[in-house]
Amino acid sequence: MADTATHDVTLGEAFAAEVGSGHHATNTGYTNEKLGMWVFLGSECLLFGGLITTYLLYQDRAVEGPLPKDLYDIPFTSVSSFVLLMSSLTMVLAVSSQVQGDLRRARTWLVGTALLGATFIAGQVYEFTSFVKEGMGYTTNLAASAFYTLTGFHGVHVTVGIIMLASLVALSASGRLGQDRAETVEIVGLYWHFVDVVWILIFTIVYLIT
Amino acid sequence: MALTEERPLALTTGDEVTVDHEPLGVFRRPTATEGWRSWVTTVDHKKIGIMYGYAAFFFFLVGGLEALVIRTQLAVPDNSVVSAELYNQVYTMHGVTMVFLVIMPMAAAFANYLLPLQIGARDVAFPRMNAFSFWCFLFGGIFLNTSWFLGGAADGGWFAYSPNTGVVFSPSHGLDFFTLGLLITGIASLVSSINLTVTVLNMRAPGMTLMRMPVFTWMVLVVQVLLVFALPVITLALILLLFERLYDAQFFNPEAGADPLLWENLFWIFGHPEVYILILPSFGIVSEVIPVFSRKPIFGYPFMVFSGIAIGFMGWGVWAHHMFASGIGPISVAAFSLSTMFIAVPTGVKILNWLATMWGGKLTFTTPMLFAVGLVAMFTVGGLSGVTHSVAPSDTQQTDTYYIVAHFHYVLFGGALMGLFAGFYFWWPKVYGHFLGERLGKAHFWLMLIGFNLTFGPMHILGLQGMSRRIYTYDDGLGFNMWNFVSTVGAFLIAVSILLFMANVWTSRRKAKGQPAVGPDPWDSRSLEWMIPSPVPEYNFDEIPVVTSRDEFWTRKYGEDENGKVVRLHSADEVCQKPGATGIHLPSPSYWPIVLSAGLPFIGYGLIYSLWWAALGGVLVIAGIYGWALEPADDDENPHGHDDHDDHDPSGDDAVAADEPVDVPEEAPVG
Amino acid sequence: MSVTDRNDAEVGATDEESETPPDIEAISHVSDWKYIQIAIILAVITAAEVATYYIDTGPLEVPLLIAMMIAKFVLVIMWFMHLKFDSPLFTRTFVAGLAMAVVVYIAVLSMFEFWA
Repeated sequence: MADTATHDVTLGEAFAAEVGSGHHATNTGYTNEKLGMWVFLGSECLLFGGLITTYLLYQDRAVEGPLPKDLYDIPFTSVSSFVLLMSSLTMVLAVSSQVQGDLRRARTWLVGTALLGATFIAGQVYEFTSFVKEGMGYTTNLAASAFYTLTGFHGVHVTVGIIMLASLVALSASGRLGQDRAETVEIVGLYWHFVDVVWILIFTIVYLIT
Repeated sequence: MALTEERPLALTTGDEVTVDHEPLGVFRRPTATEGWRSWVTTVDHKKIGIMYGYAAFFFFLVGGLEALVIRTQLAVPDNSVVSAELYNQVYTMHGVTMVFLVIMPMAAAFANYLLPLQIGARDVAFPRMNAFSFWCFLFGGIFLNTSWFLGGAADGGWFAYSPNTGVVFSPSHGLDFFTLGLLITGIASLVSSINLTVTVLNMRAPGMTLMRMPVFTWMVLVVQVLLVFALPVITLALILLLFERLYDAQFFNPEAGADPLLWENLFWIFGHPEVYILILPSFGIVSEVIPVFSRKPIFGYPFMVFSGIAIGFMGWGVWAHHMFASGIGPISVAAFSLSTMFIAVPTGVKILNWLATMWGGKLTFTTPMLFAVGLVAMFTVGGLSGVTHSVAPSDTQQTDTYYIVAHFHYVLFGGALMGLFAGFYFWWPKVYGHFLGERLGKAHFWLMLIGFNLTFGPMHILGLQGMSRRIYTYDDGLGFNMWNFVSTVGAFLIAVSILLFMANVWTSRRKAKGQPAVGPDPWDSRSLEWMIPSPVPEYNFDEIPVVTSRDEFWTRKYGEDENGKVVRLHSADEVCQKPGATGIHLPSPSYWPIVLSAGLPFIGYGLIYSLWWAALGGVLVIAGIYGWALEPADDDENPHGHDDHDDHDPSGDDAVAADEPVDVPEEAPVG
Repeated sequence: MSVTDRNDAEVGATDEESETPPDIEAISHVSDWKYIQIAIILAVITAAEVATYYIDTGPLEVPLLIAMMIAKFVLVIMWFMHLKFDSPLFTRTFVAGLAMAVVVYIAVLSMFEFWA
């Protein structure tokens, strides 16, 4: 009993000092935060899946007014999709710089990512207003409601991502986001890339396949 | 979601820098260990578990009163205790309350309190998010119930079928409270499910492999995974309904070309996993209770675990059996009919395993054991009537009759609630250091069992006679009179039994005043939570145990002699941990979870009434998020005030803090 | 359940870990040039997708678009989200949600005879 008891103490203390913190004590070797983010993203799949399903079901249903697919400006949307796609590149470069400890470069890439995201949102605002001008308001018909809800939800997710990126930049500028916290940047990056892959789906399923 | 990040911060130069800052300069970090402040700011999973329990019990009384109104109205034909409109609201809120505000949070109470203890952890993975979940649930529940005083509650049934939920058919704000209230409690459940999933995967004690975890922990894990995937579906459905009601979208309005069946599908894609979300924690509880009072390990542990996983998984493929009468087409009906029959198999495995655990055991019928056996028996009845629903032609006849009401009360009351009461009686000494009275407890059990069967047994007959559910009254001479009256008598018996339970809580607490607390292991139990003092100290484990087997605590107490007979090796006192640990660092309390969650109901009122309220709520939410993000989770570098979380030895934290090379633990930004 | 479990191997294995966490360690081996290459591939696929809007590909259009969409999706989650070198547990968690969504919602659409 005696030798196991000492063993207990060492491990117990190691664990006690690490409660809820750091990766050394977790069973998987990965931090709670990162695992939690992945679980959350798994959950988000069901949310966007449902929104896409609702749109697919209702895409041709209009008692009055134009359908979304009649108003699409594919060249414009292609450009804004490309902008969002490239923001994933700048995001991953930000993570990479942070891991290597080049905090200035990481900040630059984070700002770039946020700006690309903001460009995408600006494009969405422009798209929505031009649709409304062409006679397709939120409640004009079922297809319109489903379209705005789906793309609007995605837009809200991008906006939340931009706010997180801005917060990261502020933290980094005030010296609170060092190389050792690269994982925080990576976790925000995971969210950002997820929002991007959702748009990859929306761009094809909603815009291109008609 | 919040990304808590608790590693110490090192600046790139590697210099050690001490930054002395109050988070946001607004609040001092809370330091109370007693009184209401300690509860409001706590991040301790045990205190949060207890609060979940009391809040859920409060809503249980509310939902119970609603049930009594229903039964009083139906006691005799052509009764007029309540109007048809009020009756609609009462049965709707009864269902919503019991499902979302009673059984789910009561299960969360057990999960919060016990799960870290059973896996040998000091807390959950995200302690502040845990507090946030609780407050979010509480405020969401209160928000939902304020609709009673603001023009009437929701009246669409708990599953709120469209198009009845459109503004035309339900013009009061009741359904807006329903959607917003459930969205708020949904946030609570989603956050808590991610939290507990990560806790189980990441925070187990050394040697506690997944297949050594107690069955309760396993069932809670399955439930959390179900919640993670099911909640976004109901969230989506509720948001569509909200936009329909508030912003004139037409998602479920057939006049605009919409398909009301979309709501039914979305609701039941969530709703059927939800059924297992409600029952599996109770299955876990009785899987802990029965082995202890049979003095045998659980029979077929792997079967127990895998049948739980199978139930959770298959629960995703049976949702349309709620919709057999809605014209979903013969192929869908046949497919969902078959899958529903199959899901009875893993459930049957569980029941056989409980019976086999008791078989040949040294049974002691204490109150928790009575409730556990009550679950096995009553759930079997409900399960069998459930199998009759899988037969589509028979189900078509039963749909929307009292037969369905009988069925789901047998599984949810006779199953889930019986299990939760078993849990109350079983773990009460662990939580409070004294037993609940056995005499009153047994009276409670028998009265509840009899009352329950009197209430819901006759509903099978009423349903087969053709009495439809949700009608506010019935005519004389249809043959419904006698059984309805019996049912009402039963409902009041249940009410009396609940009063007995409350009296039991009260008297046993009075009796225990001045008495020493019961030992750590009053029932001679098997799992880790019994190895530590009762009531559980704040830091849970003095030393984190190293786990070498399933039923770790039992194997430390008992072994086998050369003939294979079980013999005691050590007394419980030798094995159990003593109170008085020092040097254990715990996460610090925080105001921010309650601030953040308090903003949500205001946003709810704002969406219904005036956006100014929403602005106020928005300010609270944003303040909450940034206050949270900028506040370190632990303040071990803070020169003052360590005794906020460890009143046994305030100096202990300094010992830990001294080892830390750098200062200023930071928080990640939050989205 | 096949969760990567340090405890299976040996009690106390958690003590002997390197300073850098395994995931960060893995990321630091990928060069920025690799990410740029992936982005170029993504850009080319996107261009091809947009091209189908102008060029008539007949009955092949939908399968082509779906295939390209899946290719982009997989590239982003494997490289940018690091699932290629990260814990299989993350992949399983995410794929579980994704597969659940795909199966359940395809069933819903089938019930509404969407494909007819």
